[in-house]
Amino acid sequence: MYEFVSGPLALSTFLIFFLGLVWRFIWYVKGLNWQADRVAYTQNARYGVRGALRSILCWLIPYGTHGWRYYSGFTALVFIFHFGLLITPVFLLGHNELLKQSWIGFGLPALPEALADALTIAVMVAALFILVRRIALPPVRILTTAYDILLLVIAVAPFFTGFMAYHQIGNYNFWLILHILCGEIMLIAIPFTKLSHFILFFMSRAQIGMDFGIKRGGMKSKGFPW
Amino acid sequence: MPEGTLCNKKTIDTQEALHALLADKSGKKYYEEMKQLDVNATVLWGVIRKTLKSRLRTWLEICAHCGMCADSCFLYLTNGRDPKQVPSYKIQSTLGELVKRKGKVDNDFMHHCMDTAWSKCTCCNRCAMYCPFGIDMGVMFGYLRGLLFSQGFVPWELKIGSGMHRVYRAQMDVTTEDWVETCEWMCEEYEEDWPGLTFPIDKPDADIMYTVNAREVKHYPEDLAEAAILFHLAGENWTVPSQGWEETSLAMFAGDWAACKMQVESVYDAMKRLKSKRMVVTECGHAYRATVVEGPYWAGLKTGKTPIESLHYVEWLAEALRTGKLKIDPSKKIKEPVTYQDSCNYIRNAGLAECAREIMSYIAEDFREMTPCREYNFCCGGGGGFNGIGRYREQRNIGLKIKRDQVLDTGAKLVIAPCHNCWDAIRDMEEIYHIGIRWSFLKPVLLKMVLVPEHLKPKDE
Ligand code: SF4
Ligand code: SF4
Repeated sequence: MYEFVSGPLALSTFLIFFLGLVWRFIWYVKGLNWQADRVAYTQNARYGVRGALRSILCWLIPYGTHGWRYYSGFTALVFIFHFGLLITPVFLLGHNELLKQSWIGFGLPALPEALADALTIAVMVAALFILVRRIALPPVRILTTAYDILLLVIAVAPFFTGFMAYHQIGNYNFWLILHILCGEIMLIAIPFTKLSHFILFFMSRAQIGMDFGIKRGGMKSKGFPW
Repeated sequence: MPEGTLCNKKTIDTQEALHALLADKSGKKYYEEMKQLDVNATVLWGVIRKTLKSRLRTWLEICAHCGMCADSCFLYLTNGRDPKQVPSYKIQSTLGELVKRKGKVDNDFMHHCMDTAWSKCTCCNRCAMYCPFGIDMGVMFGYLRGLLFSQGFVPWELKIGSGMHRVYRAQMDVTTEDWVETCEWMCEEYEEDWPGLTFPIDKPDADIMYTVNAREVKHYPEDLAEAAILFHLAGENWTVPSQGWEETSLAMFAGDWAACKMQVESVYDAMKRLKSKRMVVTECGHAYRATVVEGPYWAGLKTGKTPIESLHYVEWLAEALRTGKLKIDPSKKIKEPVTYQDSCNYIRNAGLAECAREIMSYIAEDFREMTPCREYNFCCGGGGGFNGIGRYREQRNIGLKIKRDQVLDTGAKLVIAPCHNCWDAIRDMEEIYHIGIRWSFLKPVLLKMVLVPEHLKPKDE
């Protein structure tokens, strides 16, 4: 079982993940239309690039925009959650050991294990608060669907199962295999669900940045004050 | 009776059709007929499949349902934070559903979409600034309005408005003759007070081609005179076109894209015909948005720019004051506290916040910003057609509360509102809520304080 989920299944997962992302990228760019979107993307490219970069970078910085500053508590949750979600698996000692032992033969530098553990807990706690917020606040509750909650579960499951396996709570093998499966589910879910904002965040922000940068005033001002 | 005689999927292209609609007071029969109007699901879905591309699809799909757009919307805030006014909810429950059901929707659903698209969103685009993905409900509701228009589900006043543009190339029934006569009349009326004042019509190769809002012609002709006097004092070589003088676009509010194209092309034709160096648009926000910002795309101009450089009135005025073409008598500057209404259409969506500040620095001693202001200002409460739709008058009046409170907080009793929609909304707000304020365009304020060069002074003075 372990051989299968960590071997061929893992390989296919990564393949689907990467190809899926490439497909999303191409699909997005191909679907842009200067006349329908009313943005002269290719003309005034300098303003477009500037607008796109500003729009992405400002929103990647914690509290870097009016929006992030307005909802300061939620912003903390969002950044902790996403930071842990992205950094932990990529720089986890265990994951990189596996890479070194595999045909790839090398791994990335690893986080200290205690830090990785803390990040894992942070992701789970942040997710819990995000869930509570979803249910507690009327303007968010009205938007929430079962699908939103399922995606939250899909995103957190690898962390929870990994945590159980690492701390050897209960049956190690059971949690390990479940952890690998959950990780694979998440990776496959990224291109096919709303989790596609993994890449579409950048596309969408770039687009609106170009919109404001080229058409809506960017050529007459210092750039949009996000 | 699926297609009514007044309410149907056809566009209004003749005077007779326009008159028939106008004769139906408040659209009583029109809205009655709308209750029977069929939805052509096949056509609707066909249009959606052709036009709903990656940008809009992505917005609908990846919306995280996080609610960060909630407080950005003045209609959410003024309606007691009703969750049904959260921007994301408004679009998901309309366009989102429409797409999910592949266009197979009924009359009730279309009514729900119409009421949401025109009474719960003014297309102010403020939510786009607060959404982490940059999801812009103003753009999406604009798109939805287009779909609704094509199926005949559009408020009565806007069906008329788009028809006006189709028939008269103006938002009101102002013909070329009416326009030219009004210009001449205003010139006659004021030339005694302003020796040498002219109102050049169709003058080729001028530096400025001036274009207006039909309301000025029909209801506020003094505005035209004031514009002429200020150009005169500034020594500008200017003109107005006899055709293609109308900048506004109720067709844009209605979602009638074909009429939008016809309207802006009439202006672009005038630009090419008269070969002016630049165009200046009167103090109107949506007019500038329609003809200068969006128009080139409707007309298929790949550069995304108008055939000649185009300025909003505040750009011209800031420039005239900066370069000294117009000089202010310092003793006549506004002394009382005064605030400025940032119009969504040329401030947030066209980057002219700085021009407005520059002008205020020349003309006011105690300028007070609203909070929030500039790009982040709230909609006046009457944008996107909201002001003009009787069916939604009550909702509009609720929306005005945001501006009432913003103005009150500044302590100013005078609001400079260089936008017809904002001006109207603020006037109505005062009429309804009696907070004791005055409001004004820039032109009359300027006329009270500009220095008149000796040789242009009236002889009897
Ligand atoms: S802020 Fe953006 S992502 Fe969040 S609910 Fe609103 S539209 Fe959706
Ligand atoms: S565009 Fe303006 S009115 Fe419409 S939902 Fe967004 S904030 Fe509200």
